[in-house]
Amino acid sequence: MKLYEYTVHELVEMLEKGEVTSEEITRSYFERIKEKDDQVKAYVSLLEDEAIAKAKKVDEDRKAGKPVSKFAGIPIGIKDNMCITGTKTTCSSKMLENFVAPYDATVIEKLNKEDMVYLGKLNMDEFAMGGSTERSAFFQTKNPWDLERVPGGSSGGSAAAVAAEMAPWTLGSDTGGSIRQPASLCGVVGLKPTYGLVSRYGLVAFASSLDQIGPITKDVTDAAMLLNLIAGHDEKDSTSIDLGEKDYTKALVNDVKGMRIGLPKEYLGEGINEEVREAILAVAKKYEEMGAIVEDCSFEVGQYATSVYYIIACAEASSNLGRFDGIRYGYRSENYDNLKDIYKNSRSEGFGVEVKRRIMLGTYVLSSGYYDAYYKKAQKVRTVIKNSYDELFGKYDLLLTPTSPTTAFKIGEKSNNPLEMYLADICTVPVNIGGLPGMSIPCGLDSKGMPIGFQLLAKAFDEEKIIQAAYSYEQNSNFRENKPTFKGGNS
Amino acid sequence: MAISKEEVIHIAKLACLNLSEQEIEGYTKDMQEILEFANMINDVNTEGLNETIAANEKCNVLRKDEVRNFGNRELLLQNAPSQDEGMFRIPKVLN
Repeated sequence: MKLYEYTVHELVEMLEKGEVTSEEITRSYFERIKEKDDQVKAYVSLLEDEAIAKAKKVDEDRKAGKPVSKFAGIPIGIKDNMCITGTKTTCSSKMLENFVAPYDATVIEKLNKEDMVYLGKLNMDEFAMGGSTERSAFFQTKNPWDLERVPGGSSGGSAAAVAAEMAPWTLGSDTGGSIRQPASLCGVVGLKPTYGLVSRYGLVAFASSLDQIGPITKDVTDAAMLLNLIAGHDEKDSTSIDLGEKDYTKALVNDVKGMRIGLPKEYLGEGINEEVREAILAVAKKYEEMGAIVEDCSFEVGQYATSVYYIIACAEASSNLGRFDGIRYGYRSENYDNLKDIYKNSRSEGFGVEVKRRIMLGTYVLSSGYYDAYYKKAQKVRTVIKNSYDELFGKYDLLLTPTSPTTAFKIGEKSNNPLEMYLADICTVPVNIGGLPGMSIPCGLDSKGMPIGFQLLAKAFDEEKIIQAAYSYEQNSNFRENKPTFKGGNS
Repeated sequence: MAISKEEVIHIAKLACLNLSEQEIEGYTKDMQEILEFANMINDVNTEGLNETIAANEKCNVLRKDEVRNFGNRELLLQNAPSQDEGMFRIPKVLN
């Protein structure tokens, strides 16, 4: 077995026993990247020299008997919208193509404390706006299970890198499903934590009332471990909550007896692919066999979530992206005579088509005459959706739904129809609207050999229940025996 | 309330974007379609309900408002498209 094939918890054990060095692990990943990334194209930039140097340093410390942290020398890949001092943070946009971060994101500061090793920065839809990584201004990331298909998005690079074993785990960000949907489409585990659990300081903002950072991993154990590392209050993000010390690995218990799981019928009907539906029902049956109480329920207001989401997310994006003016950082047009032209031309040339579309939509719903009809109304419907979740979580510990209505679609299949692309998010956006935690766990392959994922949701700050149920499922199933085939494509 | 081409041009101005004729056509069509879909929120009865402005009620965990110097002007200026003597350089604003 090659080193890149292990999970992080396995690698940690091997490091502790002295069976392997961090340098060997790190080099194994760069070899794998050289072998596969020409096909998959997950990485926007590699940090090989820095990574090897860091790995060597950790190995020396370990050899000299100095105290090292549990995760010292473990590699990780980072979505290219999180700042690492001195490295490029592009958001896969021409606007930030040459932007070098002057500071660390709080999540990076936390990983630095563990002496973890950064493999590189991962591709995404420009400014995290998209569900297929087709909107990267640089190149298309491919799905390792079929190179003619999308890896999902916007954290497509982060999910594809884990699936192709070009990183043992990665960080992604999720505004409307951008961790969970690509995780589902690539057959890996993706967790969007509760809004407020992880600091967003140093994450390039998209929609501030929805954005969260979270782990993409090979299995549930790794997800719980990475959540431990990144969660916690940060005074630099006033929405981050202080819950005190929590150890999410304590929830890695193989037991769902008596757990109440709701199965909202709206996510098993129209618009959901038949094979996905069958797979989700099989997961429900499995949970019943394992001793959980699974019941049909209804989440009728969920149908409004996509509309609410696109109004709120675009409004917040139009405001957040106002900072890109060609003055202090980012792209500046060469074509200007005055200040106003710098603003206009830099923004027009620097942003891609989807980003501009969302800025336009957001500006419209916030503009005089439409604010009440769209933005204010959407905020009120958000209250209705939250209330409905509250009611459901009064009855159930968890909700079970598909993560994505379909498996990975072909590159180009939806890219000309923005509304159709937006509807690919129907199962994931309500969760961000409610600020709840959600995890996607792989549960099978469809007839084309593409991964299917199921989604578990819990009430706010109840990640432990999700982790326990997901871990229990994993212990009683065998998805990880499947490996991506890298079929299709030209090479 | 279908959005008109004139409104799209007005919105582009507010958003500080120069759009080509082709982009204006495209965005007008896209925005009409998306907003028509989004109008379904009007079917929801929200009488007497407040707006939810953030996902959790405990938001705004406040701290003391203290000045802290970043300390590295060079690092902050390195990304400026044009700079001079430690300042951002822009075209003349006053004649």
